[in-house]
Amino acid sequence: MEQAVPGNPSVNHTEIKFDPGTLLLSTHRLIWRDQKNHECCMAIPLSQIVFIEEQAAGIGKSAKIVVHLHPAASNKEPGPFQSSKNSYIKLSFKEHGQIEFYRRLSEEMTQRRWENMPVPQSLQTNRGPQPGRIRAVGIVGIERKLEEKRKETDKNISEAFEDLSKLMVKAKEMVELSKCIANKIKEKQGDITEDETIRFKSYLLSMGIANPVTRETYGSGTQYHMQLAKQLAGILQAPLEERGGIMSLTEVYCLVNRARGMELLSPEDLVNACKMLEALKLPLRLRVFDSGVMVIELQSHKEEEMVASALETVSEKGSLTSEEFAKLVGMSVLLAKERLLLAEKMGHLCRDDSVEGLRFYPNLFMTQS
Amino acid sequence: MAMSFEWPWQYRFPPFFTLQPNVDTRQKQLAAWCSLVLSFCRLHKQSSMTVMEAQESPLFNNVKLQRKLPVESIQVVLEELRKKGNLEWLDKNKSSFLIMWRRPEEWGKLIYQWVSKSGQNNSVFTLYELTNGEDTEDEGNAFPSPPNFKKNFLAMPQGL
Repeated sequence: MEQAVPGNPSVNHTEIKFDPGTLLLSTHRLIWRDQKNHECCMAIPLSQIVFIEEQAAGIGKSAKIVVHLHPAASNKEPGPFQSSKNSYIKLSFKEHGQIEFYRRLSEEMTQRRWENMPVPQSLQTNRGPQPGRIRAVGIVGIERKLEEKRKETDKNISEAFEDLSKLMVKAKEMVELSKCIANKIKEKQGDITEDETIRFKSYLLSMGIANPVTRETYGSGTQYHMQLAKQLAGILQAPLEERGGIMSLTEVYCLVNRARGMELLSPEDLVNACKMLEALKLPLRLRVFDSGVMVIELQSHKEEEMVASALETVSEKGSLTSEEFAKLVGMSVLLAKERLLLAEKMGHLCRDDSVEGLRFYPNLFMTQS
Repeated sequence: MAMSFEWPWQYRFPPFFTLQPNVDTRQKQLAAWCSLVLSFCRLHKQSSMTVMEAQESPLFNNVKLQRKLPVESIQVVLEELRKKGNLEWLDKNKSSFLIMWRRPEEWGKLIYQWVSKSGQNNSVFTLYELTNGEDTEDEGNAFPSPPNFKKNFLAMPQGL
């Protein structure tokens, strides 16, 4: 900030006198203001000063400071005179302050602080197209600038989200459109070629939109799932026979995807295909136990018959847990448990549930009086 | 005349202490529990009990087998007894109950039969005589203690 040193000099410009006035010294300029006419104000940048010298007071003369100046620069702001013969001005201190002023001015000349501190640009400097830009100094200015910055940020954020909300509107339209087309397909089953139908349905599936044509009733289902079901029947025949005619759906999923290598099946596709096995009269079927566990079993496989053999095994050993049973028979624990639970449901086994775990016993409640 | 109590085979069968999920199996299980509770109480001449006592009693807690019937299942057994008429709750919280190993109607009939046999119709008896009299001992089972006995009278068939 500019600093002021008050004085009460007058400015002499050889032959042209301005008095009286107030002289102000700042870190950047020398400012003189007419005492009577406050509108009249002059300033010289300190950078224009070459050197200064004192002229002591004498009889009839007041103390003076002579300020020698550089030749005026071409972009000099308009002053009292366009040009002058002399390259100096005299500051005449009629009352007092010369010594102090001289000292201060010398200090400023030595320090040359105007070189370090950037001065606020004047209004005439062109700063680009910013119409209506508020320029202010002081705390009010800082506050106004902060406010502006905040508004700017706000605007940017809402602009960014504008795109997002536009996207959402578009997505909604897309969904409506695809639903509409899917309905049309449903109605005009014969008019559209099979190929297109399959393609379109697979697009829908990949977008995650439920295919309205897929139902869980007999005969319905996409071509894709039907083909897949047939494929599965082929793949799973041998593994099922190896595993005693029954496999959990998770085992099937792993097996099938490992075999395919690429173009992996999604769980949904697998389940939907398996649901069609029985309907398509294939040699396998999907079975869901009470607990929710899903298995694939050969049509020839009769789980109920297996229960009878399970009862024998349990009776031999007195009692068994699912894990023990699984180990004995060579089954996965999950399927072993399902078999024992089925046996319990059929009334062949009963359970003993304690801190020791869950054990199954032959159902003596029924067999013994 | 305390007989040595003979536990039924179920008492040594671990699944007996787990409430069976299979409905048919459960029916058999509960029937076995009911008759066990009644014969146990009859032998030990216990006509009333709290649920807390029941939990720790050897009736529901087979220490040797390391199995005990959990309290929720005990409640199921007691409810079954109540439905059959062999149990009455003594308080609203269902914390203590009355066990009637012979239902009041059954007692009523027995008393009547005994009274007719000894030819003492139309005479007045005190309760004390009935419960402690020598004559009654022959009946094989002592009559239950006075609190219950009133009930038995109320349940007696008309005509006495």
